[in-house]
Amino acid sequence: MSEAGGAVRIGVYICHCGANIAATVDVKSLAASAATMPNVVVWREYKYLCSDSGQDLIRQDIPNQRLNRIVVASCSPHLHEQTFRAAVAAAGLNPFYLQMVNIREHISWVHENRMEATSKAQDLLRAAVRRVARHEALERSRIPIHPDVLVVGGGIAGIHAALTLANAGKHVYLVERQPTIGGHMAQFDKTFPTLDCAACILTPKMSAVKAHQKITLWTYSEVVQVDGYVGSYQVTVKRRTRYVREDLCTGCLECLEACLYQEGRFTDEFNAGLASRKPIYIPFPQAVPQVPVIDPEACIQFKSGKCKKTCIDACGDRHAISFQLEEKTEEIQVGSIIVATGFQVFDARRAPYYGYGVYPDVYTALEVERLVNASGPTAGEVVLRDGRIPKTVGIVHCVGSRDENTNRWCSRVCCMYSLKLAHLIKERTGAEVFNFYIDIRTPGKGFEEFYQKLLNEKVHFIRGRVAEVTDWALDPTEEGKLILRVEDTLAGLVRRIPVDMVVLSVGLEPRSDAQDVCRMFNMTCSGEGFFTERHPKLAPVNTFADGVFLAGCCQGPKDIPDTVAQAGAAAAEALVLIDSGSIETEPNTAYTDEDVCSGCKTCIPLCPYHAITFLEQEKKARINQATCKGCGTCVAACPSGSIRQHLFEDEQIFEEIEGILTYA
Amino acid sequence: MKPKVAFYWCASCGGCEEAVVDLDEELLGVADAVDIVFWPVALDFKEKDVAAMPDGSILASFINGAIRNSHQQEMAELLRAKSLVVVAFGICAQLGGIPGLANLSDAKGILAEVYRDGVTPARRYSENGYSLSLPEFFDTVVALDRVIQVDYYLPGCPPTPNLIRDAVHALLAPELPPKGAVLAPDHALCEQCPRKDSRPEKLLVKEFVRPHQVVADQQTCLLAQGLVCLGPGTRAGCNALCIRGNMPCTGCFGPTSRVRDYGAKALSAIASVIESNDESQIERALEAVPDPVGTFYRYSLPSSMLGRRRME
Repeated sequence: MSEAGGAVRIGVYICHCGANIAATVDVKSLAASAATMPNVVVWREYKYLCSDSGQDLIRQDIPNQRLNRIVVASCSPHLHEQTFRAAVAAAGLNPFYLQMVNIREHISWVHENRMEATSKAQDLLRAAVRRVARHEALERSRIPIHPDVLVVGGGIAGIHAALTLANAGKHVYLVERQPTIGGHMAQFDKTFPTLDCAACILTPKMSAVKAHQKITLWTYSEVVQVDGYVGSYQVTVKRRTRYVREDLCTGCLECLEACLYQEGRFTDEFNAGLASRKPIYIPFPQAVPQVPVIDPEACIQFKSGKCKKTCIDACGDRHAISFQLEEKTEEIQVGSIIVATGFQVFDARRAPYYGYGVYPDVYTALEVERLVNASGPTAGEVVLRDGRIPKTVGIVHCVGSRDENTNRWCSRVCCMYSLKLAHLIKERTGAEVFNFYIDIRTPGKGFEEFYQKLLNEKVHFIRGRVAEVTDWALDPTEEGKLILRVEDTLAGLVRRIPVDMVVLSVGLEPRSDAQDVCRMFNMTCSGEGFFTERHPKLAPVNTFADGVFLAGCCQGPKDIPDTVAQAGAAAAEALVLIDSGSIETEPNTAYTDEDVCSGCKTCIPLCPYHAITFLEQEKKARINQATCKGCGTCVAACPSGSIRQHLFEDEQIFEEIEGILTYA
Repeated sequence: MKPKVAFYWCASCGGCEEAVVDLDEELLGVADAVDIVFWPVALDFKEKDVAAMPDGSILASFINGAIRNSHQQEMAELLRAKSLVVVAFGICAQLGGIPGLANLSDAKGILAEVYRDGVTPARRYSENGYSLSLPEFFDTVVALDRVIQVDYYLPGCPPTPNLIRDAVHALLAPELPPKGAVLAPDHALCEQCPRKDSRPEKLLVKEFVRPHQVVADQQTCLLAQGLVCLGPGTRAGCNALCIRGNMPCTGCFGPTSRVRDYGAKALSAIASVIESNDESQIERALEAVPDPVGTFYRYSLPSSMLGRRRME
């Protein structure tokens, strides 16, 4: 065992990283300069320090040279800090006596001049050598993982994640805002490129969720508060009432028949507003749970109190309907969370030049999904609002996508669903279909083949961004039509294409409350509002909040196969956490010196992890070591310097700064 | 023989001298306990009297004011040689104080500003075989411990009578406080603030206000009322005098021992309570701080990490 006490004896190890570092930094002279730095007794350079033989150098030097501090100058600590900490610990030294210097990403990869790069490496090395002398031994603690999982969002992502976890024997709370699970996928008719029926593949999974012993399904519910930390989240769920008791309702739907309204009179959200529903309704025939909802905004009893309440009579001795039911709040404990809150489609009114909301025969793609759907408002007939069958249809791609004025990103699915809708419309109506596109993007399995199929089906493709949709006819052939004005960039001329029906292929965007959701789960999100994964390549379903994972379009636009794959990955990540039973925490936490804290409360609202509590008795702030993520916000803000942080003590940072600024 | 003490002033306003007088009848007690051998503001001893004393013959010199010219430096060095203990008396001696804000300019700039196009003082002037000289006017104001070793610090603008009395008694006690100590409590002023409990746990301020713009409530935390009160970052010891007078703390007791740069800490503490992430809103909130250096570094610029404005 090496002793940390006594004189500071530092070993400096410099990695060549093959030629990655050595080509730009003179590692030999860097090692020689280390010899002149305070307390350095060993200095070495090596081709690959992360290799077993490289680590062995450190493992052997610690006892042989009686080293008690180690500095490794190599790549980013993100990559190999754990490796070298383990090597240090294996030699019996506390792993937090290690300091890394990033001479690859910070130096060799970003500089060209060898002399200047080497000189900068010396400065950073000196800073680390000065800093590490001030390091202290720290202990990691372990926190247990509660085995239950919360899945937020009951679209295909949430459904798949919940089923995967439940099938592995874990208890899942699946919380969905709408009265049914199924999400957007339930609204689709066919899926691209295989054209299999969306409902046929989705509804069995929905039923499986309902039937699963391990899944607690809460629809018509929302997560309103999340406290705690990985392994131990306290979640508050608000459960709205449907005025129909789920435990008593048998799903016979006789109440719907019995409602005083003979016909639907209120906007049917599930059918994208193309149909009407009654005040008591289920969103669609295969809804899960199969329990009606009463819309208090529409119901006569709620509005006037003078309804004959025929629904209650119809329900009879089942007594499932009650107008007295109230919303309730549930508190649950979970160890991990999967966020699968999905997307919303672009509001086509934000692109007013396409006439959505002005011309009745301009539809969004989601509306057309309902039109072509056999369980939709027209039982699958593609008809215009006045009942005519369109003879010509124009599909406008990239509506609200790839556009400086609306959303800049490509929504990934619109090309393919446009092709799918073109196929289905042509199949159902025999109409002539025009696709107006900027680029056709079909980079998926079977996608390009599907595009070829459409070309063979004689669907027209016109390359050009549509300038406007208008009903202003310039000649008799355009009378009564909608005219798409477009520059055909392949033909090199401006064309006017008259059609009966326009379909706007609207893009996908974050839900309007994404920022609130992001804050509630302590995640981060991009400026547009898609939740950010911890690493775009190597941690695609993790977030910066430990124990919170992402699945589906809340992370970015994607199609169903990608969503399901991601949901499976998120479930696997949660399983890793649960089955490991506990996790080690980093000891770089902030802590209050309660003797000198003046109780000014400056730190309390600043903590993004709600880790600081104010002790009313003592009038001091206290930081929960399990919740603290070591971000340092409170440390910087504490006006009296009474909050400190392990591994980022003032003395360590000042030594580091002085090390850099020392002119050698 | 009674222990000898000396008082001296460098770049200061005279308030610290006034604070000694403010001891009232207690001053008589102090005068009974010690011999005051040098106190230019009150007693007619000259520099040459001090120079004639043997080294180390004074128990304690209380020096207030910052060092801004060569004569002040010489006097500080002289008193250092004659004294066993030197106390930096008041925040100007401790950290540079208000005269330290002159570090936003330099000697030339200050003289040009003050004398404009008139006659500017020359360091030497000869007439009829007689010559006069002035001390050198430094470019940079520094705290006392930058020119001599200082044993104790007594913060405040000025130090309060209680603190002065305690300090004198501490120096007369058989066991001296540890060298380098600041003779005041080492927690922030909120600890002593009568309004402490009225600060909400989640204090967020949309817009700050300046003291002349509002009639502040007498009971509520001033920061919670949008006033820039630096109490959270300022060393306690004054017993919240200004706040009891319904004025926000301006930070004259300097930082706690755990803070190296008072202004940076005060700035981040105040910035932390702004309730916005929007740049233009933040700027609007800070309109009530038209002079950030003068607000956050009012008493500590020379001893801060910044020290001074860059010299041209």
